[in-house]
Amino acid sequence: MLKFLERTHVRVESLAVLLALIIVMAFLSPVTGSGVRVFLTANNFFNIILASATFGILAIGATFVISSAGIDLSLGSVLGLASVTGAALVVTLELPWYFAIIGSLMAGAAAGAVNGFIITRGHVPAFIVTLGMLGIARGLALIISSGRGIYGLPEEILFLGQARPFGVPTPVFIMLFVALASHYVLAHTPFGHHTLALGDNENSARATGINIRRQRMLLYTISGLMAGIAGLIFTARVNTGDPTAGLNYELLAITAAIIGGTNLFGGRGSILGTMIGALIMGVLQNGLNLMAVQAYYQQMAIGAVLIAAVWLDQIRTRGRSLQ
Amino acid sequence: MSLLELSGVEKSFGPVQVLHGVNLSVEAGEVVGLVGDNGAGKSTLMKTITGVYTTDSGRITFDDQDVTGRDPGERRERGIEMIYQDLALAPQQDVANNIFLGREPTKRFLGILPRFVDKTKIDAQAQEMIDRLGVHVPSIQIPVGMLSGGQQQTIAIARALTFKPKLVIMDEPTAALAVREVESVLNLIRQMQEEGIATILISHRLNDVFEACGRIVVLRRGNVIADLKRDETDMAEVVSYIVGAHG
Repeated sequence: MLKFLERTHVRVESLAVLLALIIVMAFLSPVTGSGVRVFLTANNFFNIILASATFGILAIGATFVISSAGIDLSLGSVLGLASVTGAALVVTLELPWYFAIIGSLMAGAAAGAVNGFIITRGHVPAFIVTLGMLGIARGLALIISSGRGIYGLPEEILFLGQARPFGVPTPVFIMLFVALASHYVLAHTPFGHHTLALGDNENSARATGINIRRQRMLLYTISGLMAGIAGLIFTARVNTGDPTAGLNYELLAITAAIIGGTNLFGGRGSILGTMIGALIMGVLQNGLNLMAVQAYYQQMAIGAVLIAAVWLDQIRTRGRSLQ
Repeated sequence: MSLLELSGVEKSFGPVQVLHGVNLSVEAGEVVGLVGDNGAGKSTLMKTITGVYTTDSGRITFDDQDVTGRDPGERRERGIEMIYQDLALAPQQDVANNIFLGREPTKRFLGILPRFVDKTKIDAQAQEMIDRLGVHVPSIQIPVGMLSGGQQQTIAIARALTFKPKLVIMDEPTAALAVREVESVLNLIRQMQEEGIATILISHRLNDVFEACGRIVVLRRGNVIADLKRDETDMAEVVSYIVGAHG
């Protein structure tokens, strides 16, 4: 078990945090009529995973770019853009249902590709480009939708967000599929190896003949695509193309990736770790909700977790280099 | 035709011209020492050979083919390897992955999924290479950043030799090493020469240069100002060229 964790770069600490959090939340959550803690009911379990699915997929995008020593701050806004693009094509323009899927994924991937293009061709720092895209994508989402939600999507799309085949919500299946595919790509393909090497030492990667520009371009496109998938799920869940969807989700996504063991400075990243990170965020949010803690405090808690995770990591690495 | 030929290579960074039309040739299996003061342009010159820097003008041919406009990956394919002063290893990746970085052997699962890295093969071949070079590393599965400077240097050399290069460029390979480690690097260069691999050795340590190289080229302010056979020169003459005191 330990060996497996080491091989997949999953931190034992993050698993421990997840378990500890589950125990704490279980004790603090209110008791139902039948004497069971609300937190521990099967329904609540699915609620957690369902909520985690959206920003879990975003966090996978964040894992790809962060492990290459990049950053994508536009994830949440691109999610919103993807959500309204898909909905507008099907509801406003009355195109067939599958255009919602095509539109959401394409909008996400396109925004990511624009990020990648400007970063690699213009040598503008990823921090600035994606911060700019955070504004642009959100603005565009509001323009496309005239600032209002686009309601009333066809059955086929709602299935992706609201159905429960085999009793499990569809978004959970989508997240599992995306996570497995991403794990395979990051851990086992040359592309994944090159991503980590690029984040570890850019000169090294260049010297060994890796096409850095192409690599970055693809990484930001993947990140955008993940935002597109998350946007589609969001639309399907709430039956709305929502221009404010994913607001502040980049905070959740980046935090999930970091507490999952992805190195903020690149060179190390684990999709499985990120999934655990996403669950930690999901449990934290859900538990605080059950305890009726105001959403404002939740924002603070998540921000504090992000800072604490990076702080702890700094202490760890400094300790290691002193040895 | 020589293995490597440079003619009239020029390179500027903004307003600063670093290389002023360099001519240089290296034969197969030859060990050439490249010396010069700090800022003479040695590292820049080598990076134009590997393709990390593009040349402003001039021509580079390797193995009878013009490689001037080729990218680093392609030049590596053709047999030019470089071991960098700053090692250019990825510290968080393991030894085996570093050796195979950029050239991972892959296979297909069931013939349908995209190609994945054959980690078993990487580990086996990396171990073989490490053993052949007689290097001691605790494990090929630990991150390179946890190894000593000498061990890291040998990993960098192992990486260069794994793909049967024709020319290996070494930028100060002995600068940070202990005495015994220097000996093993120089032995390695000799071993490579016997296998017909040409080496360009950049070093400030003239002792090492005289021990390993048959020919010594002096670079000064971006020009080749001397091209000397080891047996016809001595350290004093080389030094006088380096500092620009030679009449």
